[in-house]
Amino acid sequence: MRECVRWWLAVDTRVAGSHGMNEMGMPVGDLLPELILLGGAVLVLIFALFAPRRRQGWAAALAAAVLVVATLATARMLDSPQRLTFAGTYAVDGAALWGKLIVLAITAIVVALSVEWFTGDPRHGEYYAMLLLSALGAALLAGAADLMQLTLTMLLVSTTAAVLIAYHRQSRRAGEAAIKFYLLGALTNGALVFGVVILFGLSGTTTFEGLSGGLARLGSASLLPLVVATGLVLVGVAFELGAVPAHAWLPDVAEGAPAPVAAFVTAVPKIGALIALARLVTVLPEGAAGWRPLVAVLAAVTMTLGNAAALWQNDVRRLLGWSAVSQTGYGLMAVVALGRSPLAVPALLYFLAAYALATVAAFGVVVELRGQADRARYAGLAAAHPWLALALLVSLLSFVGIPPLAGFAAKLALFGAVIDAGYGWLAALAVANTVVSVFYYVRVLAPVYFDKPQGGPLPRLGSWAAGGVAIATAAVVLLGVLANGLLAAVRAALILPG
Amino acid sequence: MLTAAIFVPLAGALLMLMLPAARNRLQRMTAVVVAAVPLALLVVAWFRFHGAGGFEQVEAVAWIPTLGARYAVGIDGISLPLAAMTALLFAASIAYPVDHRGRARGYYALFLFLESVSLGVFLAVDLLLFYVFFDLSIVGMYFLIGAWGHGEAARRAALKFFLYTFAGSLAILLAILALYLSSGTGGAPRTFDMARLIAERPLDGPGTLQVLAFLGFAIGFAIKTPLVPFHTWLPPAHVDAPAPASTILAGVLLKMGTYGFVRVVLAMMPATFQRFAFPVAVLAVVSIVYGALVALAQTHLKRRIAYTSVNHMGYVMLGIAAAAALRTGAVDARSLALTGATVEMVAHGLITGALFLISGSIFARAGTYELAEFGGLARRAPALTGVTVLAAFASLGLPGLAGFVAEFQVFVGTFAVYPWLAAIGLVGIIITAALFLQILQRVFLGDMPERWSGWRDLSRAELAALGALLAFVVAVGVAPAPLLTVIDAGVRPLVAGR
Repeated sequence: MRECVRWWLAVDTRVAGSHGMNEMGMPVGDLLPELILLGGAVLVLIFALFAPRRRQGWAAALAAAVLVVATLATARMLDSPQRLTFAGTYAVDGAALWGKLIVLAITAIVVALSVEWFTGDPRHGEYYAMLLLSALGAALLAGAADLMQLTLTMLLVSTTAAVLIAYHRQSRRAGEAAIKFYLLGALTNGALVFGVVILFGLSGTTTFEGLSGGLARLGSASLLPLVVATGLVLVGVAFELGAVPAHAWLPDVAEGAPAPVAAFVTAVPKIGALIALARLVTVLPEGAAGWRPLVAVLAAVTMTLGNAAALWQNDVRRLLGWSAVSQTGYGLMAVVALGRSPLAVPALLYFLAAYALATVAAFGVVVELRGQADRARYAGLAAAHPWLALALLVSLLSFVGIPPLAGFAAKLALFGAVIDAGYGWLAALAVANTVVSVFYYVRVLAPVYFDKPQGGPLPRLGSWAAGGVAIATAAVVLLGVLANGLLAAVRAALILPG
Repeated sequence: MLTAAIFVPLAGALLMLMLPAARNRLQRMTAVVVAAVPLALLVVAWFRFHGAGGFEQVEAVAWIPTLGARYAVGIDGISLPLAAMTALLFAASIAYPVDHRGRARGYYALFLFLESVSLGVFLAVDLLLFYVFFDLSIVGMYFLIGAWGHGEAARRAALKFFLYTFAGSLAILLAILALYLSSGTGGAPRTFDMARLIAERPLDGPGTLQVLAFLGFAIGFAIKTPLVPFHTWLPPAHVDAPAPASTILAGVLLKMGTYGFVRVVLAMMPATFQRFAFPVAVLAVVSIVYGALVALAQTHLKRRIAYTSVNHMGYVMLGIAAAAALRTGAVDARSLALTGATVEMVAHGLITGALFLISGSIFARAGTYELAEFGGLARRAPALTGVTVLAAFASLGLPGLAGFVAEFQVFVGTFAVYPWLAAIGLVGIIITAALFLQILQRVFLGDMPERWSGWRDLSRAELAALGALLAFVVAVGVAPAPLLTVIDAGVRPLVAGR
């Protein structure tokens, strides 16, 4: 407790002293998208409080409008110079802005998936406020350039996500998933805070910018605390990412949470967290306490474990949860290559877009099938609902990395980046894992396409959810075929202050 | 024009899905007409072919300029005959009558899709584009075998095919990335452009990365070819696939492996290939002898033909390895070997394609592939007997037919480089002769079992498709010059010491 207080005081004096809040000014414009999200969430909340039950659905439209405005505000900032702002605590660089855009787009699709799913809930207006706040957390995470800000936004994301997961209060499975998520989150966030405190103690500052200088000057006596701190921070971020060793919540949440929330929680926090991790590692010293091999091992274990666990799943949602774990492992490959390959940052951002789109498309199919996730019940889906079967085919094959879908260019860039960075073994392992992953994705697709329908066709949810699935699926195809669009746009993206 | 040859079948596949579901005849006619278009286009391309060396009739647009990847297609003396053979084989297979189990639309759409990507593999002159088509051919064939193969076993066979060949294709992807990352030395941008990679050969010679890249390519292409010991996926895939799919698998997909050896390994890393030419040649001879011996032991008609593919692809690999064995000297012999290997690719496609179609006709009438069940069919079915005799003699290498032209050149060329291996390989020809004569004897001669007394001879459609394939087998056998001239234009730059 005392450390915490000291930490606050120290930061306060540093901000006031070295930069001076007043002379720097508060460039509020740099936070415009975040402020729009915050204000929008409050607006949606107020609307939900006062609107009658039959009007609660309008909260979705309001949330969608907020997301559109926030997207426009973010897109406008793409042309401005990439820099740190708010006394070096927040990044407005290519990685942060593109990360935000991905978060906003995915959240918008999740809103479409949620409309019909939640109509049964009498007070579902509040759900959209919580969704916007969670998206805000992910957006802030993408720009985090300060240890304290990192910690706080992590907490914002996990708290709101826990509420979203448990939104169906009657569902025992949702409750169980939320408890698991919350407890694991509490534990790992504790680890994160410890790690942050040690880093602060070692370097005397909390900004990433200051950290890089402060840690570089350390003697060999500080090696152990540095390694411990790096490990603890990694554990904290791993929770948000769904990476080993804090991945255990992901399959449970994927299976137990409301299906649109499962789509959101497996896709969106990861976007912010992966960028935040990338931003943090770039300021850690390479040398003996090397974070690079550590992240590489984490990536290797995560992709392999996720794959192995997904192999025999018969519940499609649980399978998608484990597959999300293994996909995190692939994403971490981009972090491994940071600073050693020009492909690393484009690979990171492109992977996140491809992964998140395919995830909402695949979960969207489950949503549209009213949460039906039993593999056996998917028999003959291609005959009964050919377009939904196609969406499932596209999203799962994109996870595999079949060209010309988005997942292919993502894996191409990731493999290229790690080979370029001298981590050929990681690429080889990722390839082996990719082959294994074919097995369980095909286990879902084979009954869809080869079997005759059993019983009647599965009931569908509604056209909003179907529309969300259609948009996400089309995006997976277009992003892949026109891969150059995004790759060229993010080529110059920086991850400051690295 | 080459672009049209690739994309007309793809457009046809989409059109197919829009046709009325019940009109099987209309669907078949449409599919045949669409499949004939690339054939016609490639005939025109053949007449416009100059043979001056390098790629001709190139059509290119930027695709992913950020990564140096283009959409680029073109032809040279090696790809043109293979592409033309592919188009012919697809037209014949699509025209071949088959039981599509009430799903004619999907069947023909998938076939046209497969034609599109197969032509893409042979026509692509950009390595990434090549990989895209290469990968998609696996997915297409997986669904074709899984959905229209013989029962539950077909699913397992299809999955095995998918996993094996996809593992191979990912090994190729890593090797392609190694090649790509090594390209662009001296400030030039990195590239996937085949012409530049052939001219610059950025990853050729001694060194670990060179060897690793070679192994990636070699293993990947060897699985696809297949070369013993990577052949185990092949027999079940052939046995359980519908006959026209077997035709395409043997006639077209296997060629992608040997084509890759020539187009990529021999052209882009000849010095590295030279170091490994002898072991590859040994594996080729093992494939020749082992394939023939195992084929001889089979009592199942289709499995026997499948193993002769292992044997025949061994001839192709022997010719390629002989061509790769030296960098300078013995130019005539090596160019003879490589020309023979290329002719063998075309000849094997036509001959084995015909044999698999014939086995499909036999299965459609008898419901079995067991050789012991047949006998004396020559009297009931003169047309079936005639085409089978012709195809079998072509396959065992009778002079005057295409197989002889190919094998003669392969062995004459190889004798100059690896006399002992060539001598051992000749044993394979003798065994092959024995096993085909045995098929003819068991099925068509001797006493006819009573149950086949109502045997229907080949229908007009079957005869037309087989006639088209065998006409070319005879034409190449009697007058090989036009084909050899074209192939020679592609072979010369590859064997001339550079």
